[in-house]
Amino acid sequence: MALEVILFWICSVTSVVAALFVILHRNPILSALALLASLFAVAGLFITLQAPFLAAIQILIYAGAVMVLFIFVIMLLNLQKDPERFAPQGVPVTLRFALGLWVFIGLSIPILWTAFTWAMPPTPGAYSVSHLAELLFDQYLLPFELTSFLLLVAMVGGVVLAKKS
Amino acid sequence: MDFIDFTILAIKIMVVMGALLNAVPILVWVERRGSAFIQDRLGPNRVGPMGLLQPVADVIKFIFKEDPIPCHVHRFLFPIAPLFSLIPASIIFAAIPFGDTLEIWGRTITLQIADIHIGILYVLAVGSLGIYGVLIAGWSSNNKYSILGALRSSSQMISYEIALGASLIGPLLVYGTFSLNEIVHLQAQSWGIFLQPLAFLIFFVSGFAESNRLPFDLPEGEAELVAGFHTEYGSMKFALFFMAEYIHIVTIAALNTTLFWGGWQLIPGMVSLANVLGISTYPHSVGLALLKVAAFTLKTTFFTLIFIWVRWTLPRFRYDQLMMLGWKILIPAAFINIGATAVLLYIGWL
Repeated sequence: MALEVILFWICSVTSVVAALFVILHRNPILSALALLASLFAVAGLFITLQAPFLAAIQILIYAGAVMVLFIFVIMLLNLQKDPERFAPQGVPVTLRFALGLWVFIGLSIPILWTAFTWAMPPTPGAYSVSHLAELLFDQYLLPFELTSFLLLVAMVGGVVLAKKS
Repeated sequence: MDFIDFTILAIKIMVVMGALLNAVPILVWVERRGSAFIQDRLGPNRVGPMGLLQPVADVIKFIFKEDPIPCHVHRFLFPIAPLFSLIPASIIFAAIPFGDTLEIWGRTITLQIADIHIGILYVLAVGSLGIYGVLIAGWSSNNKYSILGALRSSSQMISYEIALGASLIGPLLVYGTFSLNEIVHLQAQSWGIFLQPLAFLIFFVSGFAESNRLPFDLPEGEAELVAGFHTEYGSMKFALFFMAEYIHIVTIAALNTTLFWGGWQLIPGMVSLANVLGISTYPHSVGLALLKVAAFTLKTTFFTLIFIWVRWTLPRFRYDQLMMLGWKILIPAAFINIGATAVLLYIGWL
């Protein structure tokens, strides 16, 4: 148990710090790499929750495919540090701070009100591959197929947009 | 987990990683001598008997060379990029079973570092991370040859990863499990190659592209890109990329063995050898267990040698040919394989 608690704290602190790094750093490549670290930490959290399948998929899809394309695009566009982001123009500072505070409070209240239960599987091995497959292809077949159809449409759309230009 | 289990695990990790890392200098020697014989030359034959100590000389050179960091590179990412290449290549092996159980002093030791029940997914997930080393090295070098090499390599690896992943779905359907250890057990009667020959072919070809070896080593095509993504690297940092490449070869050869050639199952003929030696009478004797480890090692070595043989036999592909092979031949073939396997399983022929 002690090991799991230590792992939980390592992973959660890493994911939060890395996520902050993503939005605070000015170099887009380093931000992307910090996002990668954050994704890894979330995969570690999945493992402490006894869901290794989700952890593997998290790394396979997000770290192995999505982030590679992000970094690829950033490199192709050759983005430099963006000096404009913190530029003092447009909205006055006080208003921006007030807006940020309002969003923060608005997000905090529902989080604090929600009574989170322990996110452990109801029975041992409930997050196993075969169990997930049964859920996806039996109970939730229609949403699953609709999602895949949506992805297909997005893919075709991407190809059409790329062909035009 | 008590202290002894922990010690056994530590020993297993040390043995496997030791074998992997020591395979690198041997492979370098095999590659240099082998290429020499294929090209009708002698190769390195001065240092030690038959040039066997040549890798030692190479390593000494790598270590004692000046380790320059050019002034135009990214200070933080440039030094750590080789690690992004080396670590994923070496930790894949943790999921590969290199032998059956070993019974010693009343303890049953599984000859595998971690029996992960999502083994194949782990292999794919970790394997897809190797690309970061190349990408980060190319970008942080801040050099047009490096970045062109990195971009080429990433598009090549993304393309062939799809074929690689899709080729594994056929075997998954046949075996019905993600665990590499169970897959090897299921191949006791007939090896996977007889059930999934097309999947093996796709996996094998994509493996070359994934490890950036000839005929798919466009990321470092010397004629156009100097040395590709590792142009700016020297000394031990370059050696780390080099080690990553060779470890990648061994890992892909081991995966080939595990998925399609029976893993640690004995090679036909080894049974009679075991009979002659008198070690096959006890089903779990240490001798038989070690014979299985030897079978795995032999098969892996065979595929590793094929990697080297192909490198010195085939010329490099042109970039458009490479992309066409990936997208228009390998990926459709992998999908055909999935469909055919599903149909054959449904009518009960597999």
